[in-house]
Amino acid sequence: MRVLVMIKGNGADEDRIAPTTEMLARMGEYNEELVKAGIMLGGEGLKPTSAGAKVVFAVSGDTSVVDGPFTESKEVIAGYWIWQVSSMEEAVEWAKRCPHDPQFGSEEVLEIRPFFEMEDFGDAMTPELREKEEELARQIQSQQRES
Amino acid sequence: MDVQRRIEAIWRIESARLIASLSRLTRDVGTAEEIAQDVFVAALSQWPAGGVPPNPGAWLHTTGRHKAIDRIRRDRMRDDRQIGAALDPTLAADRSDDDLLALIFTACHPVLPRESRTALTLRLLGGLSTDEIARAFLVPSPTIGQRISRAKRTLTEAKVPFETPTNLGERLPAVLEVVYLIFTEGYAATSGDAWIRRDLAEEAMRLGRMLTGLLPREPEPFGLVALMELQASRFRARTAPDGSPILLQDQDRSRWDRTLIQHGLAALDRATALRRPLGSYSVQAAIAAVHTRAPAFADTDWEAIVALYDALGQIAPSPVVALNRAVAVLHADGPDAALTAIDEVRTDPRMARYHLVGAVRGDVLLRLGRPADAAEELERAAELAPTQRERNLLLARAAAATAL
Repeated sequence: MRVLVMIKGNGADEDRIAPTTEMLARMGEYNEELVKAGIMLGGEGLKPTSAGAKVVFAVSGDTSVVDGPFTESKEVIAGYWIWQVSSMEEAVEWAKRCPHDPQFGSEEVLEIRPFFEMEDFGDAMTPELREKEEELARQIQSQQRES
Repeated sequence: MDVQRRIEAIWRIESARLIASLSRLTRDVGTAEEIAQDVFVAALSQWPAGGVPPNPGAWLHTTGRHKAIDRIRRDRMRDDRQIGAALDPTLAADRSDDDLLALIFTACHPVLPRESRTALTLRLLGGLSTDEIARAFLVPSPTIGQRISRAKRTLTEAKVPFETPTNLGERLPAVLEVVYLIFTEGYAATSGDAWIRRDLAEEAMRLGRMLTGLLPREPEPFGLVALMELQASRFRARTAPDGSPILLQDQDRSRWDRTLIQHGLAALDRATALRRPLGSYSVQAAIAAVHTRAPAFADTDWEAIVALYDALGQIAPSPVVALNRAVAVLHADGPDAALTAIDEVRTDPRMARYHLVGAVRGDVLLRLGRPADAAEELERAAELAPTQRERNLLLARAAAATAL
């Protein structure tokens, strides 16, 4: 099975968690462990929310744009991995080994979410929906080809 | 989360390195695996009540080391250096990668029959139980159990040293072969519980990636990983809802798995970037990559594929490679050239009873406007087909040719 592991931090702590050389080195070691275990398929880090923006669709129907930083947010995503593991339990055990630095007093969360596999949808995935999903995937692929 | 399932997950993560370091201490993988099992049993009995220790991996390694020392003393293997090494905890971490590599080479040692190598590799490196291996290979559990214990005994009796061989170039192919056998066993699954079997393919990919992490200067493990991932990227697209196979030319390419494609292509890049002669897995991966890069079957760069088959024929000559090359020639240069190529393949006595020769030749004859010859060829191929499904398919094509 494949899982997405999201690294989440508190928006208010964002300025305090500028990556130090030591943190980067420890993260590098952890990543190396994941690679050597053969479970790592991908992953990236994200810039702080000060470089980001949000598009908000209000209930009223209005659409607004909010520029970062999202200091009020309880959860901002700082990075992600894609792992191939044999079970959720295995993913949790790996996640627990992720280096974290309590000296900043900030809370970090790793959220693990398994990917949907086609067979998970069962009968809810009607042929029409499947056709739509495939069409979408075709479009994405043709865009990737052009780029 | 259920403690037992947690322990199983920890076991899966730690068992290979644990068995590897215990093998160095005891110099016997069979003994090492027994001790590791003891450690696992100890964890299962202590952790549910006392709680899982904060660093479970370290707990397993320490407990394992103590048990190994007891065992060495009890067996009166009073080699002081050996006990000395066992007592030095700093050594364990430093040697971990070397030990793991040595374990892989021991599990795939040439003194063992091929089927034992795959079972032992899944057990020692994959952390799979006998039952799991048996389920995956559709073999009764006791058969796998016997196979594994016989393999461990053979290693002990043959006094196979626990080390990474110095002649890596000679020994690596046997390791890669085992990994690829595990993969094809899962990938080509047409019977049994298909999802368990797909786990087997995933396990093989994991083992392959592990090998690239341990041997980052060797191109061929990267090539093998690329090949497996590019093939597996088509998993979703290659069977219809009723389970019947969909040929490459008819597959919905939008359903190919983009994460695996990306990872596979990156692995192939790594293999070529090492600037050393490529082996057959890398070249096969390069062929798979050409298909992957084509937006549609009609856009396939067949000239590139013919050239790659030429290279593959040089590295690993086989009539099956020649046959696949003939198919590529058909698309690149047309049916006349393909007929010449395939008639060459036909002279190989090993291909006399291989139905796909006739299947391809029938197709070529059809394109040359010789439907009667084509029908005859396809009927002959149907007689040789190993499964009823393939037989029916070939007979249907023969009938269609006759009707022309």
